[in-house]
Amino acid sequence: MSAAEDASQKSKDYQIRIRGLEKTFGTHKVLKGVDLDIERGHINVVIGGSGQGKSVLMKHLMGLLKPDGGHIWVDGEDVVPMDDRELNKLRRKFGMSFQYAALFDSLTVEQNVAFPLIEHTKKSKAEIHEAVLARLGSLGLRNIEKKFPAELSGGMRKRVGLARALILEPEILLYDEPTTGLDPVATKNVDDMIRDISKQTGVTSVVISHDMASTFRIADRISMLYEGKIAVSGGPEDIKRCDLPFVREFVEMSGTVRFDERVVVDVDMSDEDDTRPRGGG
Amino acid sequence: MAQTPGGLMSGPDAAEPERQRGTWDKVVEINEKIWAIPTGILEQVGTHVTLFAQSLRWMVTPPFRIGVLVEAMDYIGVQSLLIVMMIGLFVGMVFALQLTSALRQFGTEGFVGATLGIAVTRELSPVFTSIVVAARAGAGMATELGSMRITEQIDALATMAVNPVQYLVTPRVVAGTLMVPLLSLLFVTMAMAGGYGVAVWLEHVDPGVFVENARWLVETKDLVQGLVKATVFGCALTVISCAQGFNASGGAKGVGIGTTRAVVGSFVTILVLDYFLTDIILVLQHK
Repeated sequence: MSAAEDASQKSKDYQIRIRGLEKTFGTHKVLKGVDLDIERGHINVVIGGSGQGKSVLMKHLMGLLKPDGGHIWVDGEDVVPMDDRELNKLRRKFGMSFQYAALFDSLTVEQNVAFPLIEHTKKSKAEIHEAVLARLGSLGLRNIEKKFPAELSGGMRKRVGLARALILEPEILLYDEPTTGLDPVATKNVDDMIRDISKQTGVTSVVISHDMASTFRIADRISMLYEGKIAVSGGPEDIKRCDLPFVREFVEMSGTVRFDERVVVDVDMSDEDDTRPRGGG
Repeated sequence: MAQTPGGLMSGPDAAEPERQRGTWDKVVEINEKIWAIPTGILEQVGTHVTLFAQSLRWMVTPPFRIGVLVEAMDYIGVQSLLIVMMIGLFVGMVFALQLTSALRQFGTEGFVGATLGIAVTRELSPVFTSIVVAARAGAGMATELGSMRITEQIDALATMAVNPVQYLVTPRVVAGTLMVPLLSLLFVTMAMAGGYGVAVWLEHVDPGVFVENARWLVETKDLVQGLVKATVFGCALTVISCAQGFNASGGAKGVGIGTTRAVVGSFVTILVLDYFLTDIILVLQHK
């Protein structure tokens, strides 16, 4: 398959390329051939309703789930056939911020953020302490390092989770529903943080979200997962002007956009085996 | 609508195949339910064996996690000391009381120490100790790992390039396998002490006879039998508890189900294994 061979090539523009990804749980086919490209150094947002398989898609990126079909290339390396050892090596490129932070509740904030450093570096205790405080400070978290996750607010937990994801300076940052369950002010803070981190570190960001307002604030590129496939892919403006009814419904509900002008962009809802890489809108 | 060669069915005739299909569907459904029992059990066995095999594999793969192992030994072993001692004491006491009253009918109450010794070393100590540990530490581990699973902490470990089986399961299995036999030794000591107290001080059995008969009849191989069993039970109960927590799903309710299964599964497994292990050990010892 020439398209697949082409996709497997290390690309300067795309850090992650996905072709024909399929996953079934029991009798429920969640992913039905997802094709997606993740742009290097940009904020890529995958939107979609609840139960559309966004989190499942994200878990495949790091090899937490094995697909039933298809390929995922990260920097040109196919993730699907990797064994545990290779996956562990791959995962050091990633940092992941979980929906509910997923902090270890038996450890303090400092121990949580230090965890990846203790596991993967030979730094001394003093160096680790310093690095943790610096990272927490850069996210506006001070004097909480001795606290346990249960003593923090949802927004703070999320930031601690982000600090833990960032501590090893990953190349790719995954955010699973970063603004779910936050009030509007906290949501805006998280959005600003995602943009700042992207700007400061040049990290490739992949955000899974159903919060359209937040998506339009942060995204360089938006892809919509609908019925197990990427239905639309493009820049925020393309999505705003998209004519597909389910996209319009999704975007209109967020109250951020009025549909004065609509253009159909890069749409493929056909069932045929199309592995063309999608363009930028 | 079903069709017959004669055309579209209508009236009372049409209902007949419908009813038949209803019955057939029920047969299929019942058949599926019946089949689900053995396949469900096989699935559970498979899950546990797989996790056990993975934990063995990670046992010999660096990095070795001494810190988490010590923590697990503390949780399973040290923190169970008091309850195992108490239960050991009272089991020994009540057995001595029953045995004295039963043996006195034949005038053989001097054998209380020996009988108690054999029963405690071979059976009571490994079974009671593992059941206590399963109820205390097993339930705790299943709940802890279960909530770590549903709050994505296990996924978080994996994303940080740390194998969750190596970090969470292997240390616990090793700790359970090492600590349960040690606890069971302590159980033996406490039970014998409790039995001695009741038999000698309350039931006025001659202390010399109690001790001499016990020394004469209770052999090293009895203790070995008990320790072998405790080791196997310790391993089994930690694997079961970890597997139930590790594979929990479906929120708080799922964690609850996992914990219940961990405790019930451990109890049943311990007692079933006990029978077969006893059989094997007795055959080997009499060769």
